[in-house]
Amino acid sequence: MAKKPRVKLPKKAKAGELIQIKTLASHKMETGNRKDKKGNKIPRLILNNFKCTMNGKDVFSADMHPSVSANPYIAFFITAKESGTYEFTWTDDNGETLSVSHDMAVS
Amino acid sequence: MNFKTITAAVAIAGAGLAIVACQPTAYQPNPYGNDVWSGYKTATLETRAMQDDDFANPGMPWVDGAAELYDTPAGETKLSCADCHGAPDDETGGKVGVPMKGVGARYPVFDEATQKPINVELRINRCRTEKQKAKEFKYESDAMLGMTGLIVMQSRGMPRVTTADNPKDALHPAFKKGEEFYYQRRGQLDMACKHCHEDNANNIVRAELLSQGQTNGFPTYRLKWQKPGSLHRRFRGCNKNIRAQPYGYGSEEYLNLETYLAWRGRGLPVEGPSVRK
Repeated sequence: MAKKPRVKLPKKAKAGELIQIKTLASHKMETGNRKDKKGNKIPRLILNNFKCTMNGKDVFSADMHPSVSANPYIAFFITAKESGTYEFTWTDDNGETLSVSHDMAVS
Repeated sequence: MNFKTITAAVAIAGAGLAIVACQPTAYQPNPYGNDVWSGYKTATLETRAMQDDDFANPGMPWVDGAAELYDTPAGETKLSCADCHGAPDDETGGKVGVPMKGVGARYPVFDEATQKPINVELRINRCRTEKQKAKEFKYESDAMLGMTGLIVMQSRGMPRVTTADNPKDALHPAFKKGEEFYYQRRGQLDMACKHCHEDNANNIVRAELLSQGQTNGFPTYRLKWQKPGSLHRRFRGCNKNIRAQPYGYGSEEYLNLETYLAWRGRGLPVEGPSVRK
């Protein structure tokens, strides 16, 4: 069952308005410090980068390290300036990405 | 600040109790008297905030996944849940007239076929094998947890109801066995459920605040588990903690206990999927 990341941002905003964007990705965030039953290390597999772009421009990005919980929740504020498409991308250690995009109209 | 929130939680429990008064007379007095409260009260403010905001609730991605599954035809009959029951929040209950709203409040119910109580998880699998002719979900799988969460969520805020304490109720034998289980000492530590959850509820055992062991929040996203878990997983955890041999998922012992606990928490609002530490 593929679990899509959840992103919440207003569909409309006024120019100059401070808006909150909430994101929640589903990932097990294996730290690389655990061992399996045979004593072998379980390789690290975490989302190491989160990036939010608007019309291709960076808006917010974060590097993540082990000790970030599973299913990381990231919320941040931005000032609405122009209408556009927000792209949210998470990258994991295997280079696989989760992404979603949302439109927001600024008046 | 702490005091204020506890008062708020008590007020919530109080609201639940007001509804209890409208229920049929109890045949057996609740051991907690009028002081029945949800495990929500034992959670920290941060954890409560996560539960209160559906977006921040980390159990919701599972529910989202299940919502997709709900509309997907499965099995030989190519039926989806929605084909029979309508949308999850459809109060008419679709073609078969069984709405998902209220399920979380009244389950476990008596199952004629097995003459045992049946809970939401097993009922989902019953539909899977008999109506959809599809493979059962594994008890603790993501699909099962999500689907249970999706169904239970429709009853949010509704008071838990049960008449299992009525000697004429078909569930009564299971209820009695559940009660016996609850008061039975077990495991290397020789403890019964009641030693923590009845005698010492609201007391602190080392760093943990003991709850009444109410079941209204399940399936629960536990921060320790980093994923949602079923009630039976919690039972197994409890049994392991007192160094007893846990019973299996969906076993009769746990179904009886679930039936009994539903009665102990009568009137509490359904919270699932809740968030606990």
